[in-house]
Amino acid sequence: MRYVYLTIFLIVVLGVSIMGFRGSISTRSPLEVFPDMDHQAKYKPQAESAFFADGRADRPRIPGTVAYARTSGGEADGSFLRADQAVFEGKDASGAWVKGFPTAVTIDPAQLLERGQDRYVIYCAPCHGGLGDGNGITKQYGMGATPTFHDERLRTLAEGEIFNVITHGKGNMLSYADKLPAEDRWAVIAYMRALQRAAHATPADVPPGHKSKLGIK
Amino acid sequence: MSKLFPKSANKLPLQIIILVFVLGGIATAATTYYATNKYTNVGYAPVQPVPFSHALHSGQLGIDCRYCHVGVDKGPTSTVPTAQTCMNCHNQVKADSPLLQVVRDSYASGDPVPWVKVHQAPDYVYFNHSVHIARGVSCVECHGQVDQMDVVHQAKPLSMGFCLDCHREPEKFVRDPKLVTQLDWKHPRGVEGQLEDGKKFVHDWNIKPPQSCSGCHR
Ligand code: HEC
Ligand code: HEC
Ligand code: HEC
Ligand code: HEC
Ligand code: HEC
Repeated sequence: MRYVYLTIFLIVVLGVSIMGFRGSISTRSPLEVFPDMDHQAKYKPQAESAFFADGRADRPRIPGTVAYARTSGGEADGSFLRADQAVFEGKDASGAWVKGFPTAVTIDPAQLLERGQDRYVIYCAPCHGGLGDGNGITKQYGMGATPTFHDERLRTLAEGEIFNVITHGKGNMLSYADKLPAEDRWAVIAYMRALQRAAHATPADVPPGHKSKLGIK
Repeated sequence: MSKLFPKSANKLPLQIIILVFVLGGIATAATTYYATNKYTNVGYAPVQPVPFSHALHSGQLGIDCRYCHVGVDKGPTSTVPTAQTCMNCHNQVKADSPLLQVVRDSYASGDPVPWVKVHQAPDYVYFNHSVHIARGVSCVECHGQVDQMDVVHQAKPLSMGFCLDCHREPEKFVRDPKLVTQLDWKHPRGVEGQLEDGKKFVHDWNIKPPQSCSGCHR
């Protein structure tokens, strides 16, 4: 009997040494104990496909696709096919860059700035820096000259042109249109304007209630 | 008549019963230990086509998760970034590093970088990232400290029991949605503070994670 238990013990030791412990890092793909319906005949986003020649389940839009009619209560819908040039391209009817913010961007101004700050910190700050001075973290790692927002040219640049830079990129900066939908781009521009104002602020800009806190007379 | 069985055979039935229990116990222990996600999935770290390091990009450079995983607060899937996202920086930083050849090829040709998927919900499970992000469930609850990993591995079992542990008591986990991507954030007042604020969030936003089967198996 003793030998039986000794054998069992050795088998357990052998088993554990082959199977290993929970949570150990491994490059082997996970074991599927009951694989029923784990893999169904459907595609999930960004999945692989054996059917299409390029191996992608996500299909690009077929060239020449035309959008089919859409109305919203009979009125022209500016967001349909991005028809509203001011909102989606930053250009007015004559093709000049929009100055100020298009009226069709209807977010509560308070939220616009907050949203802008949130998005700016995520998508822009790595290069342009938290203050918009071009001293983002990437500068220390060999990123080329990132301009500061606080010089005269950028302070007076039309909002529409800034919008165009975010949408299509400029120089070494690539497009951020895939990361920032049009509304968010306008919010970021609003925040950029706030940064520019802050960098050129004088004691006169501080509301009276806050002056004592900041030690300004 | 000579004895057919020796005297020691009297003990045999008892010994067999004990042996059956011992073997049964070992089999049960082995199944509970090995046949769950905690063994089968946790620790999976496939070899990726590009040695991309979260510890460098997120931890050291402090890039927000949403810079790359753009879809995470907008929709069900947390998208893995396009080659263009990498080229935002790598057209200038380490622009001719051999490690990034795959990315540059992909950017030029438009074919995706063949990243290997790490976390995989079975196809019969419905999962949605943005719902969790909007309610202040941090990435760290389900993915562990990704910002310290050089190679991403699955850190949490993501089994049904794991999901339900939180769905039953969300107040232990929810935080201010602004902090979801700060993986090392802990409530400054510890567990008590977390529970207090968590209960407040759960009440104010009427957080009711599904516990019925059709919530996740639809
Ligand atoms: C610079 C871009 C970048 C940033 C920033 C980034 N990631 Fe990633 N992430 C990637 C890439 C590329 C992959 C795919 C390759 C891999 O798995 O390593 C990935 C993979 C992952 C995966 C595994 C995906 C799978 O296949 O299951 C998780 C989880 C993840 N990231 C979480 C995070 C979290 C959390 C953060 C924020 C702390 C973050 N990422 C920040 C680029 C990034
Ligand atoms: C915000 C800028 C930024 C983005 C976006 C970015 N990286 Fe990087 N990456 C860096 C910096 C900075 C370094 C460090 C360079 C150094 O150590 O000098 C680096 C280093 C690397 C290295 C090591 C290169 C080497 O030769 O040592 C790899 C590989 C890499 N990144 C892959 C990626 C991939 C893949 C993506 C896209 C998912 C990506 N990076 C996106 C900034 C970025
Ligand atoms: C409530 C749990 C949970 C939270 C919170 C969570 N994830 Fe996930 N994540 C998952 C699950 C489950 C999957 C597998 C999904 C699938 O296979 O469909 C996943 C998959 C991923 C993937 C791979 C997607 C793919 O299709 O390859 C990435 C990248 C990712 N998560 C990033 C993040 C980031 C970044 C955050 C935080 C902003 C986050 N996740 C928060 C549970 C979570
Ligand atoms: C750390 C906490 C946590 C974990 C872990 C978690 N969830 Fe959730 N889940 C939530 C919260 C909070 C909500 C939001 C409930 C609300 O908004 O009322 C939610 C909502 C959901 C919803 C409802 C979405 C909708 O559209 O109604 C689904 C489905 C879901 N979770 C699936 C999962 C699955 C599957 C997993 C495991 C991979 C998981 N969750 C893990 C906290 C969690
Ligand atoms: C919070 C989301 C959630 C809810 C609610 C939920 N499940 Fe699940 N269920 C999951 C996930 C995630 C898995 C996949 C676990 C894995 O990867 O092994 C799963 C797996 C399963 C499996 C397959 C187990 C296997 O390994 O083959 C069954 C059966 C199942 N669930 C039944 C149910 C039933 C019955 C209910 C209602 C009482 C229910 N589930 C409610 C998330 C959920």
